[in-house]
Amino acid sequence: MRIVCPFCGERELGEFTYLGDAKPVRPEAGASEDEVFDYVYLRDNVAGETNEYWYHGGGCRAWLKVTRNTLTHEISSVEPAAGAGAAKVGA
Amino acid sequence: MAGAQTHRLGNGGLIDRSAPLNFRFDGKAFSGLQGDTLASALIANGVKLVGRSFKYHRPRGILTSGSEEPNALVELRTGARREPNTKATTAELYEGLEAASQNRWPSLRHDVMSVNQLFAPIFVAGFYYKTFMWPAKFWEAIYEPAIRRAAGLGRAAGVADPDHYDKAWAHCDVLIAGSGPAGLAAALAAGRSGARVILCEEDFVPSGRLLSDGGTIDGVPAAEWLPRTLAELAAMPDVRIMTRTTLFGVYDGGTYGAIERVNDHLPSPPEHQVRQRLWRIVAKRCVVAAGAIERPIVFAGNDTPGVMMASAMRTYVARYAATPAKRLALFTNNEDGWRTVETALGAGLQIAAVIDARADVSPAHRSLASKGGFPVLHGAVSGVDGGKDGVRKIAVSLTGGARAEVEADGLAVSGGWNPAVGLTSFHRGRPKWRDDIAAFVPDGAPPGMVAAGAANGDFGLGACLSQGFAAGAAAARDAGHNGTPGAAPVADDEAFSLTPLWHVAGKGKAFVDYQHDVTASDIELAQREGFESVEHLKRYTTLGMATDQGKTSNVAGLAIMAAVSGRSIPETGTTIYRPPYVPVAIGAFAGHHRDETFHATRLTPSHHWAVEQGAIFVDTGLWKRAQWYPRAGEKDWLESVTREVKAVRGGVGFCDVSTLGKIDVHGPDAGAFLDRVYINTFSNLAVGKARYGLMLREDGIVYDDGTTARLAEDHYFLTTTTAKAGLVMQHLEFCRQVLFPELDVQLTSVSDQWAQFSIAGPKTRDLLKEIVDPAEDLSNEGFPFMGAREVTLRGGLKARLFRISFSGEMAFEISVPARYGDALVRNLMLAGAPFGVTPYGTEALGVMRVEKGHIAGPELSGTTTAADLGLGKMMSTKKDYIGRVMAGREALIAPDRQVVVGIKPADKARRLRSGAHIIPKGQTPGPGNDQGYVTSVCFSPTSDRWIGLALVERGRERIGEIVHAHDPLRGEDYDVELCNPVFYDPDGGRQRG
Repeated sequence: MRIVCPFCGERELGEFTYLGDAKPVRPEAGASEDEVFDYVYLRDNVAGETNEYWYHGGGCRAWLKVTRNTLTHEISSVEPAAGAGAAKVGA
Repeated sequence: MAGAQTHRLGNGGLIDRSAPLNFRFDGKAFSGLQGDTLASALIANGVKLVGRSFKYHRPRGILTSGSEEPNALVELRTGARREPNTKATTAELYEGLEAASQNRWPSLRHDVMSVNQLFAPIFVAGFYYKTFMWPAKFWEAIYEPAIRRAAGLGRAAGVADPDHYDKAWAHCDVLIAGSGPAGLAAALAAGRSGARVILCEEDFVPSGRLLSDGGTIDGVPAAEWLPRTLAELAAMPDVRIMTRTTLFGVYDGGTYGAIERVNDHLPSPPEHQVRQRLWRIVAKRCVVAAGAIERPIVFAGNDTPGVMMASAMRTYVARYAATPAKRLALFTNNEDGWRTVETALGAGLQIAAVIDARADVSPAHRSLASKGGFPVLHGAVSGVDGGKDGVRKIAVSLTGGARAEVEADGLAVSGGWNPAVGLTSFHRGRPKWRDDIAAFVPDGAPPGMVAAGAANGDFGLGACLSQGFAAGAAAARDAGHNGTPGAAPVADDEAFSLTPLWHVAGKGKAFVDYQHDVTASDIELAQREGFESVEHLKRYTTLGMATDQGKTSNVAGLAIMAAVSGRSIPETGTTIYRPPYVPVAIGAFAGHHRDETFHATRLTPSHHWAVEQGAIFVDTGLWKRAQWYPRAGEKDWLESVTREVKAVRGGVGFCDVSTLGKIDVHGPDAGAFLDRVYINTFSNLAVGKARYGLMLREDGIVYDDGTTARLAEDHYFLTTTTAKAGLVMQHLEFCRQVLFPELDVQLTSVSDQWAQFSIAGPKTRDLLKEIVDPAEDLSNEGFPFMGAREVTLRGGLKARLFRISFSGEMAFEISVPARYGDALVRNLMLAGAPFGVTPYGTEALGVMRVEKGHIAGPELSGTTTAADLGLGKMMSTKKDYIGRVMAGREALIAPDRQVVVGIKPADKARRLRSGAHIIPKGQTPGPGNDQGYVTSVCFSPTSDRWIGLALVERGRERIGEIVHAHDPLRGEDYDVELCNPVFYDPDGGRQRG
């Protein structure tokens, strides 16, 4: 598998580390235990396109948000994950 | 002179008659020629029996001439290079080659285990599941060893492989699998278009079946067209033909796996060369021109030595000038099989008869038969009379019911051709059925891949050339090359007519899977017992599960299952195809990653010096760390470690701690950032001070610890444990980039940039004064406990000094740029000589930390909370941080959690061991009363006894209680006392003094 890092270009899988689902957003400081529990543990098991975090540790050390199809492994987009998990204050 | 090559034709073939090669098979000397495979050389010497079958130990001969071979497996080479299950059909002959047959005893001709044939009724499908069920104990003790002795393939060398293997990457526009007519045409088109081309060919000579079958291309014989074409390709700088290279796997994103047998054709690799090379090839497009595999017909005795695939038979005759038979018969259900008759007649061999299962035979072949003087029998072979010396007579059931017999010493069989659909199906693709050729063909392919020619089910020479050329041109265009491919090579298509025939009923064993001894009746039995699904059929009968992965057997097996279950073949379907296409040695996957180069090794800045000192090293992750420094006369590690601890506690010592992870945290929000990742607060840390920090995972469990110093208002220097150095960096980058993008902070890994030493003991200041510039104030007032700042060393070098202590002694850690680490350690030894300075290793470090009750890896186990470690009070209530909310979950704050506590043996002389379980005194150990376990132990020179740390239920409330330590692993039971985990200087006066 190969990932096109937006900073480094197309690189081999071995340069990257997988973390997991990029959908959950870290709750704000005052969040309840239930909200944080959902954030930490609850994940969808998607057959199809998912967003997931990958770390380009063998390159630029950027955290990336990769859109990948779990059925075909096809990667349709790769973008910096900047702020992807940040609490959306006031949202 | 060994062997007479009695079965070698007087002329022809692609062998070098001026280059004879001597070889041995089962100890007997033979001779072959350069250009032979082991199989062709054995055939040229009249050898028919080459192996014994897996289950029944039936005599077996050579069936094919390629990598699909199920029978002719040998142990190649001897000693450490002995390689089992090597296909004689692909092993190139070399001078001095030694091969041995497999799975026979005492010899191939007289194999006592062939009595298994008498017990054949019990060795049916699923016999493992049915026969050896009880008593259960007998399985491991008796049944399995007995079966392993009786059944099986070759023996592994049993010693380390002396050869080297390599791994390499290659990139190209167009990757082509196979160099037959389709592959060569694809390479021509892609190469002329300007694409970068890699063509992989598993044979040692390119050209595929053109070498055996010939033909007329562009009006000239193939033998003339081939050198011209290969020369044109060789002249293209961006076209690379890799022979002895098999494309075995297809991976995501246009990545392919290939195995190159670089030096398998030599007795041993030349000096400094590798045996095999594993290629990972990244290609924009891939043309699969892997051809097709001729399939056997299942009939009684079809495994008799001398029964051979028709295409293989003409390969041996045409390419190797070796004759598998003097008088042969052909059994075919299609037009292509007849080409073997043409080749054999051309070589002057006798044809006994052609048994054709089709209703009609072409007039051309009829006249060939009458000219050759042999009969054409309409019907099927129903039995073979023969044995280990080969075929003697062939029984034929004629259409209409009559029977006939044919005397022959060889039988060529053609049941049609199966396109090699492996590569196109490796992404869970399911091939589709084509009625006109009665075979599965690719139904689509992974992205960027296309099949052409015989691999696509189009067998004619003309079709192979035109399809291959078109596929190559399209692939080049798709890859962005718009050159002109010119004209495609042109040839006529041969006639191909086939009447499907899979299985001929008859008396005797009729083999589907030769290598796993799966018969037609096994498949019928599986169907009767309900294993109708192809995936069940495969696993119940082991059809297609041998080293050949059923290349010659799968489709026939499906066809028989379809027939007995009343379904069509496409309804029955195929099993999932998975790489590798051919067996690949583990050594090739490992490459250079074995022994001392199994992984990268990281050396500390003091490593070379420590080697000079005779240090004993321990592997911690990738690092080599000095574990202790033995001195002459010390009888064991304990004596050395005890000396080192006493030297530190009584004087001064130092230890390389450069392996700790080090991260520079810069920026106006550096303090705020650290507040969010640690449970305690760093924004209020004064410049010039250091603080111990603990970080949690988001689920509330402790992740890592270490000290962090504030070197400037906007600059912190953070340390992690050795084990988590990389992971903490990754975690902090996640926090910075993904969770807290609003913070203005930057992280830089500086683990490798700083050499760091801990200098500890009451005489630390005396030693440091010799190293540090005299102007620096190291007094308790000028440099208090937990102070941290840059200092100047004697000579002007800038260093960082941290007054932190892991040992519990008066201590500093000193950092210098890594390139000065070696100089610093040598200076410490020189300057410290008057104070008896003693280097200490990780063992003494560990002893002193246990004596101080400091937690480390065994306590940071991924199950403990801050409170479990006695650090609950560090958890700030005034801010949010990673893990805060989840750490408050009911179970994580339960009062009966296992917490860190000290232990000492009730019997002072007793040794403690980590891992022992803690049980209440007087109770019988069991899962119900397991209250924790011992995490760390050491012999404490300071207490003169063994001491330890343990995680024990409500441990801190039970100080003074005697509990039971139960160690079933070592068979030990003894009492220990729970105590304060800080065994040494509990007030901390020494480290602050």
